[in-house]
Amino acid sequence: MNEPYKTTIEAERAPVIEPGHTFGTVTEKISAIVLTRPASNGWFAGFGIFFLLTMMMLYAIGYLFLKGIGIWGSTIPIGWGFAIVNFVWWIGIGHAGTLISAILLLLRQSWRNSINRFAEAMTLFAVACAGIFPAIHVGRPWLAYWLFPYPNTMLVWPQFRSPLMWDVFAVSTYATISALFWFIGLVPDMATLRDRATHPAARIAYGILSLGWRGSARHWHRYETAYLLLAGLATPLVLSVHTVVSFDFAVGIVPGWHTTIFPPYFVAGAIYSGFAMVLMLAIPIRKIYGLEDFITERHLENSAKVMLATGLIVAYGYGIEAFMSWYSGDRYDAFTIWNRLHGPYAIPYYMLLTCNIFIPQVLWIRKFRTNPVALFAVSFVVLVGMWLERFIIVVVSLSRDFLTSSWGMYYPTRWDWMTYIGTIGMFLALMFLFLRLLPAISIFEMRTLLPGAEVKE
Amino acid sequence: MKRERIYGMMAEFDSAQHLVDAARLTHQAGYNKIDAYSPFPVEGLAEEIGFHHDEVPLVVLIGGIIGGTTGYLMQWWMSAVDYPLNIGGKPPHSWPAFIVITFEMTILFAGISAVFGMLALNGLPMPYHPVFNVPRFALASKDRFFLIVFSSDPKYDPAGTRAFLEGLQPRSIAEVPS
Repeated sequence: MNEPYKTTIEAERAPVIEPGHTFGTVTEKISAIVLTRPASNGWFAGFGIFFLLTMMMLYAIGYLFLKGIGIWGSTIPIGWGFAIVNFVWWIGIGHAGTLISAILLLLRQSWRNSINRFAEAMTLFAVACAGIFPAIHVGRPWLAYWLFPYPNTMLVWPQFRSPLMWDVFAVSTYATISALFWFIGLVPDMATLRDRATHPAARIAYGILSLGWRGSARHWHRYETAYLLLAGLATPLVLSVHTVVSFDFAVGIVPGWHTTIFPPYFVAGAIYSGFAMVLMLAIPIRKIYGLEDFITERHLENSAKVMLATGLIVAYGYGIEAFMSWYSGDRYDAFTIWNRLHGPYAIPYYMLLTCNIFIPQVLWIRKFRTNPVALFAVSFVVLVGMWLERFIIVVVSLSRDFLTSSWGMYYPTRWDWMTYIGTIGMFLALMFLFLRLLPAISIFEMRTLLPGAEVKE
Repeated sequence: MKRERIYGMMAEFDSAQHLVDAARLTHQAGYNKIDAYSPFPVEGLAEEIGFHHDEVPLVVLIGGIIGGTTGYLMQWWMSAVDYPLNIGGKPPHSWPAFIVITFEMTILFAGISAVFGMLALNGLPMPYHPVFNVPRFALASKDRFFLIVFSSDPKYDPAGTRAFLEGLQPRSIAEVPS
C-alpha cells in the first residue's frame, strides 16, 4: 500500500499526501471539519439556495402528479423527453464514484483513498436523483411499484424479456450496493468521530453509526476481505449498469439506437461525466476546507487524465456511429447522421461535439491538468456536453424515425426545466449536508498511506 | 459490593511495527486468547494473534450462488410456468434474456452477504464492550495501538502477565475491568 507514496516522491510528482503528516494530524484535520469547525455563512447560503431548488423540484413533481405528464414537453413521437435524458445523465455521473472506490482499489491506485469517500457520496446522491425520473415518468407514478415482481391480485408478472425490467434490477442493485459500500467504508471513521466528539448527542449518533467498531485485528481482517470482495462485485456491477441503460436504447430498432457500440460507449461516457463531476466537487471542497494536503495536484491531474482517456473513447464511439451508418448501407441509419449534422437539432449536436470532443483536448497540456480553475471550467463543459449527448440520442432519433408522417419536434416546458434544475439542487443540498455531518475523506484509509503504516515481518 | 471481574490486561503502543512485534512475542510466549487493536488495518497483524480462518469469502460465495439461482428460477417460473406470455414470438423460457437479472441478483445477494456476513462474524453491532472501559482506548481510533491478553487465557495471571507486557516496553498498561 505504501509503495506508490514513495515512488511519487522519487518521481518528483505531486505526492498523494503532503509530507509531514502523522496519524494524529490526518485524524485531526479531517474530523475537525465535522466536529469543531462552525458552519459558515457561506455554507448556510449555499445550502439554503440548493434547498430552495429542491423545494422547486418537489413543487414541479407535485404539479405533475396533479395534472399528469401532459405538462411536460414529451409527446408522441418523442415519448422520452427530459426524464430519460436526465436519468441517463445522473446515473452516468454516479459511475465515477464506483470506479474510484472499487476499480481503483482493485488496481491498487492508492491515490484514490483521499477522494473515494465523497465520490461514493456523489454516486449515492446522483443515483437518488436518477431514480426520481423513471419513477415519475411512468404516467401513473403511484403504480411505479408494479415494476417489481410481487405476488398480486391481478395474477400477472413483469415481462423479463424487456430491457426496462433489466434496468429496474440493475439500478436498484446498484443503489443498494453503493449504499452498503459507502456505509461500510464509513464505519471505522464513525468510531473515530465517536471517540473524538464532545457533544453528547454527536457521540450517541456517531456511536450508533459506528456499530461499536473497536478496531480489533480480527475485525479488520474480515473487514478488509469483505471490502475487497465488495469492490470485486461492484466492478462488474458498475459496468453492467450503464450497459443495461444502453440496452434500453440498443434493443429498440429506432435508427441511431440499434447499435452494438452502445454498451462500451455508454460506460465510457458515464465515467467521463462522472469524473467531471468529481472534479467540480473536489476543486471547491479542497479550497474551502483547506484540504490541499490530501487532495493534491496529483489527484486533479490523474482525474483529468481519466477524463481525457474516457473522452477519447466517447469520441471513438461517435466516429464508429458515423462510420457504421455509412458502412451498413442502412438508409435510415445514414439519415440519422445526416439529420444530426443538418437537421433541426444541428446546433445542439455541434455544441455536443465542441463540449465533449474539441475543448477537452486541452487536457493533453499539463498546465491545464494542474490548474484548478481551468479544470473546473473543462469539467463544466464536459458535463454540459454529456447532457447534450443524451439529449441528442433520445430526442433526435425519436423525432425522425422511419415514417415522415410520424416526425415531430420536442420542446421542453418550464416543468421539465424545473424538475431537472431541482434535481441539481437536491444533489448539491445533500452534498452540503454530507460535508458537515460525515468525514468527506476516508480517515482510516488516509492513515494507511502514511509511512508509519508500513510493517516489516 | 465490588465484584473484581477482570476482562484482561491491555498494553498501549506507539507504532504499528511495535504492536506487530509485541503481538508476535505474546503469541510465542504461549498466550492464545489475545487481541490487537489498531486505527487502520495492519498487514499481518491478524496472523500474529493467531487468526487464520476468515469465513467471509465462503459466506459471499454462498450468497452469490443463492442470489443467482433465485434470480434465474424466479424469471423461469414467472415467465414460463405461472404466466407464459407470447412476446414477439419468443419462447416463454427465453434464457438469454434472463441473464441480466440473474447477474444482478447474484451481485445483490453476494454484496449483501459480504456486508452483513462480515458484521455478523465480527459480532457487530455491539455498542458496549469491556475494552471501552479503558479511557486511553479512545486513542485506538486515532493514532495508538493496543494489545490485550484476555483473562480467560489459561496462562493469564494478573502479576505475571503484567510483568510480561512490561517487558514489551509499552507506553502504558491498564487492567481492563469487565
